Amino acid sequence: MKVDSIHTGIVLDHIRAGRGMDVYRYLHLDELDCPVAYMRNVRSEAMGRKDIIKIDANINVDLDVLGYLDPGITVNIIVDGQLVEKKKLSLPEKLTNVITCKNPRCITTVEGALDQVFLLKDRARGVYRCMFCDAERKSKALR
Amino acid sequence: MRHLIDITDFTVEEIEAILDLGDEMIADPAAYKEALRGKILATLFFEPSTRTRLSFESAMLSLGGSVLGFSSADSSSTAKGESLMDTIRTVSCYSDIIAMRHPKEGAPMAGSLKSYVPIINAGDGGHNHPTQTLTDLMTIRRCKGRLGNMVVGMCGDLKFGRTVHSLIGAMSRYEGVEFVLISPPELKVPAYINDELKKKAIPFREVETMEEVMPELDVLYMTRVQKERFFNEADYIRLKDTYILDPEKLRTAKTDLSILHPLPRVNEISTRVDDDPRAVYFDQVRNGRFVRMALIKTLLDWRNEA
Repeated sequence: MKVDSIHTGIVLDHIRAGRGMDVYRYLHLDELDCPVAYMRNVRSEAMGRKDIIKIDANINVDLDVLGYLDPGITVNIIVDGQLVEKKKLSLPEKLTNVITCKNPRCITTVEGALDQVFLLKDRARGVYRCMFCDAERKSKALR
Repeated sequence: MRHLIDITDFTVEEIEAILDLGDEMIADPAAYKEALRGKILATLFFEPSTRTRLSFESAMLSLGGSVLGFSSADSSSTAKGESLMDTIRTVSCYSDIIAMRHPKEGAPMAGSLKSYVPIINAGDGGHNHPTQTLTDLMTIRRCKGRLGNMVVGMCGDLKFGRTVHSLIGAMSRYEGVEFVLISPPELKVPAYINDELKKKAIPFREVETMEEVMPELDVLYMTRVQKERFFNEADYIRLKDTYILDPEKLRTAKTDLSILHPLPRVNEISTRVDDDPRAVYFDQVRNGRFVRMALIKTLLDWRNEA
């Protein structure tokens, strides 16, 4: 299968196989009107199989979201057909409005104006806690 | 501006200073009777409470200040659909400091984001209750003369018991404290507290009967199984009478054990224990008023200094 190279845009590489749709959804790529290619189960020497997403426009990618989903993802910035930047990700210290608190007793379930804020508590285990009620969420990549 | 949302918002030194001030207030209450003349405390209780609300009001009145507020969400604009954030912004224009209780966890933290005055968390759901913790610390320190080097037993509802969560957080910061967590499997402490204890290498054990650990304890902190925390009444009925402390169970306890309870009690401590000199839960009530006096004064002093 052949997917054309992009001229100016972003390539999200080294997405764990099968997780590309999570990235697609969390980044709201369905709302873009530029070409977006999602390749699943691409052969990879390092990973065996991986997913890749190519976005044919230079959009602002929320690196916090990507870091939470999978800090192993590589973000390649392409300008005029050239790779100009390769960004490595890590788990962000703070997530704002990326995930929601699942605790039915949390104040965020009734106060719509509140941001959903999670703070990183354990980097090794990818554990985040709701800033308000301390309910735990784990990074999807580390589950 | 400083608030008290979680007991760990304050350093150990700051807590000690508040406890010292509370002790001074117990020794000479008359010296503080005009300390906050002209200041207003708002008590916003979105969930019913007798002891905590009256304790705050008594504390403020004892300092010469005034009190306004409401004692249930039904008698506030919440009943009309006003958001918590708007209520807090409004009330913080009418008062110098706010004590709030709310059934939702994290509500005081949310309120502190919009308040123009210091917020004191007077209990948020099953999450935290830091002023009860100050009361507990004061009581333990007055009984033992120290807050470290002791075995602390926590018994009852350790899952939803916010006083337990706050007290564990506070006492974890003192040297030589070991926790014995006594509960049925369904009411064990939440995973995040377990993780914190492990991470800080603080010794703790989880057991299911108080008899097996009674001789070791320096402090026994009893709690009520709280009906209002259960979504399913059948679970509440099944668990509510799991632990009842009586003189027979105390036979193997140390002579200098201190028995605490945040109150109200239902039947988890027999009234036959009340006259035992080791029962200090009514001293706690008295200490609660004085430590809240010390807290209110300290937060307002900090605000003036800022």
